[in-house]
Amino acid sequence: MNEERITVREALTEGDWCTRLSAVVMGAGMLGHRQRAKGLLVLACEVSFWLYLFGKGFHDLAMLPSLGTEGQGKSWNEAKQVFEYFSGDNSQQILLAGVIACFAIAAIVVLWVVQMRHSLSLQRRIEEGRDVPTLAQDLKGLLDANLHVTLMALPCAGILVFNVVPLVYMISMAFTTYSKEGEHLLLFDWDGINQFLRVLNMGGNIGRQFWHVLAWTVVWAIFATFLNYLLGMALALVINRKDTKGKAFWRFCFVLSIAVPQFVTLMIMNIMLQPSGALNVLLQNLGLISEPIPFWTNTMLARVTIIVINLWVGIPYTMLQVTGILQNIPAELYEAAKMDGAGPVRIFFKITLPYMLFVTMPYLITSFVSNINNFNVIYLLSGGGPTMVGDTAGQTDLLVTWLYKLTIDQQYYNLGAVIGIITFVILTAITLVTYRRSSSYQDEEAFM
Amino acid sequence: MNTTAKNKPSSRKRVTNLLVHVLLAVLAIIWLAPIAWIVLTSFRAEPGAYTSTFLPQGYTLDNYVKLLTDRTVLDFPKMFGNTLIISIVSCVVSTLFVLAVAFSLSRLRFRLRKPYMNAAMILGLFPGFMTMVAQYFILKDMGLTEGSNIRIGLIVVYCACAGLGFQISKGYFDTIPRSIDEAAIIDGATKWQVFTRITLPLSKPIVIYTVMTSFMAPWVDFIFAKVLCRANADQFTVAIGLWNMLQKEYIYQWYTCFAAGAVLISIPIAALFLYMQRYYVEGMSGAVKG
Repeated sequence: MNEERITVREALTEGDWCTRLSAVVMGAGMLGHRQRAKGLLVLACEVSFWLYLFGKGFHDLAMLPSLGTEGQGKSWNEAKQVFEYFSGDNSQQILLAGVIACFAIAAIVVLWVVQMRHSLSLQRRIEEGRDVPTLAQDLKGLLDANLHVTLMALPCAGILVFNVVPLVYMISMAFTTYSKEGEHLLLFDWDGINQFLRVLNMGGNIGRQFWHVLAWTVVWAIFATFLNYLLGMALALVINRKDTKGKAFWRFCFVLSIAVPQFVTLMIMNIMLQPSGALNVLLQNLGLISEPIPFWTNTMLARVTIIVINLWVGIPYTMLQVTGILQNIPAELYEAAKMDGAGPVRIFFKITLPYMLFVTMPYLITSFVSNINNFNVIYLLSGGGPTMVGDTAGQTDLLVTWLYKLTIDQQYYNLGAVIGIITFVILTAITLVTYRRSSSYQDEEAFM
Repeated sequence: MNTTAKNKPSSRKRVTNLLVHVLLAVLAIIWLAPIAWIVLTSFRAEPGAYTSTFLPQGYTLDNYVKLLTDRTVLDFPKMFGNTLIISIVSCVVSTLFVLAVAFSLSRLRFRLRKPYMNAAMILGLFPGFMTMVAQYFILKDMGLTEGSNIRIGLIVVYCACAGLGFQISKGYFDTIPRSIDEAAIIDGATKWQVFTRITLPLSKPIVIYTVMTSFMAPWVDFIFAKVLCRANADQFTVAIGLWNMLQKEYIYQWYTCFAAGAVLISIPIAALFLYMQRYYVEGMSGAVKG
């Protein structure tokens, strides 16, 4: 009897009184069908859920539509002759509590469905005269047939609490007025899709910056991904040439530069390229330039510098990753091409590149996504600057660093959340389209 | 006539070879120069961030001495201790999580397997920073954002998200032939025994890889630690401490110490990285056979 085939409706219509009772008193079906320990556990879950709901949950849910109404304030206490301060409602806490209450309800609904199905399956087992698994057998099963439950439970709980709940919370923030603007840091309200319209509206100040940042983010991601990919592969090919001496030594030189933690190298680069930093000093001492090069204050130069430094960071990574795959390319392909008189460049574009694109498509997509979300490189190198007067976004800010500035520095939480959501939508679209076109889409065992 | 015809391609080959090696040498210098520069700077005798010469004029060990003994403003030994505690605890827990999830997804078949993998992919598409603000609020509700609880907060978050980073380990487990598992199960082994007695011993490289990556994560994580620690200087991890040394108020006094700290931190991390790079490569290309 496969428990997953049973529907709740079946459990309600075909169940005996115990099974039906468990629709209200969860766990009754197990208590009445020789699984007392599990039944009590489920019952305890239900009881604590109701205790939570009446103690706190209902209040949290009821506050959710208004997000609090009482502002912070003070009142005159006649008896003591002093002003008494009261804290008022904190919308941010109300929103978080409301989101948690929603998750608690969803969890209890899932548990309810599972125990209804389980009750009917137990009932049928007894009716068919088969054994009901004892507690000891169930516990043993957790190490065998149900091992996945044992192994996945804690990691999943962690992801749920510290990844899914925060995401839902942040997403809901996008639809509020939670922002420094108009003193909405303590008490804010639902705002519909106004913030989305504001961000997408090209005429407004925020909208203008958004489209600027978006355009640069896309340009950056394309350059960072494909230049790294092509040049890294070229480097790997050059090192792995038959006639190159000291392959291990060269590989070591390049790998050493990524073995140093990235945030350290990025901070060093930032300092080296300052107007009085090491590179400008070196060039000036050599007499190549008379004025320091404004690497971080000229928009165009800052953008180019970032892309070039990212090449410095990224090429050894690509080299490391593609070396193994390059060696898997069948040698006959190369030999046949050489027979036909193809030169190295032609061989690269006609054989190596198509083969690599075929095999490494998922890797390319992943690195495109991580470049769009590349916080460290931008934040530690240019800090998003140079920034125009009156703007919150600098000329080299990506969506993700702008998101950081808007939330942490400016406290425009709602705008930050909107930008996070838009980034996600863009990335999802790109990923779906490219995955569906790539040849490895169906073949789950090979990648993912 | 004959000999020149034979020599011609080989001399051209020699020129190409020479060019390739010169090119590699130039590139290697470009790649190693910043690292050499920071090592030299860490021994520099002149203070301050910017000097008028590319190479230091005098050399000293004082930067290292100051870094390790000056405990008044930026307490590097304390930061080192904080990071070490965090990384040891989170290393143990995250390794268990990653291996457990990777084994389940690779070897066990259950209904939520595919949905889980899809969900992990979708969660990976959100900007990582977006969840951090909310994670901070949740930790605040749990009282893990004040005093020495910050360390617990960091550990909890590092471990909680570990279950999403299963891809490389799963790829490795996928390459171990299933027939080994099946034979063991016919001999009466439970799946738990297959996991602990067969799969794990066969996967030593990936276990080492997972242990090392999760050990290194707190040393190089900069952004979440910064969000959580804020101004609590006694809770700083090494990454934030180094970052602070480059801020306006400290940079003149601390720049050469920053270089010394960067060198000290980079040596063990670089050693770990160089040691495990082949597992990384193998995990990427899926070329490992059990």
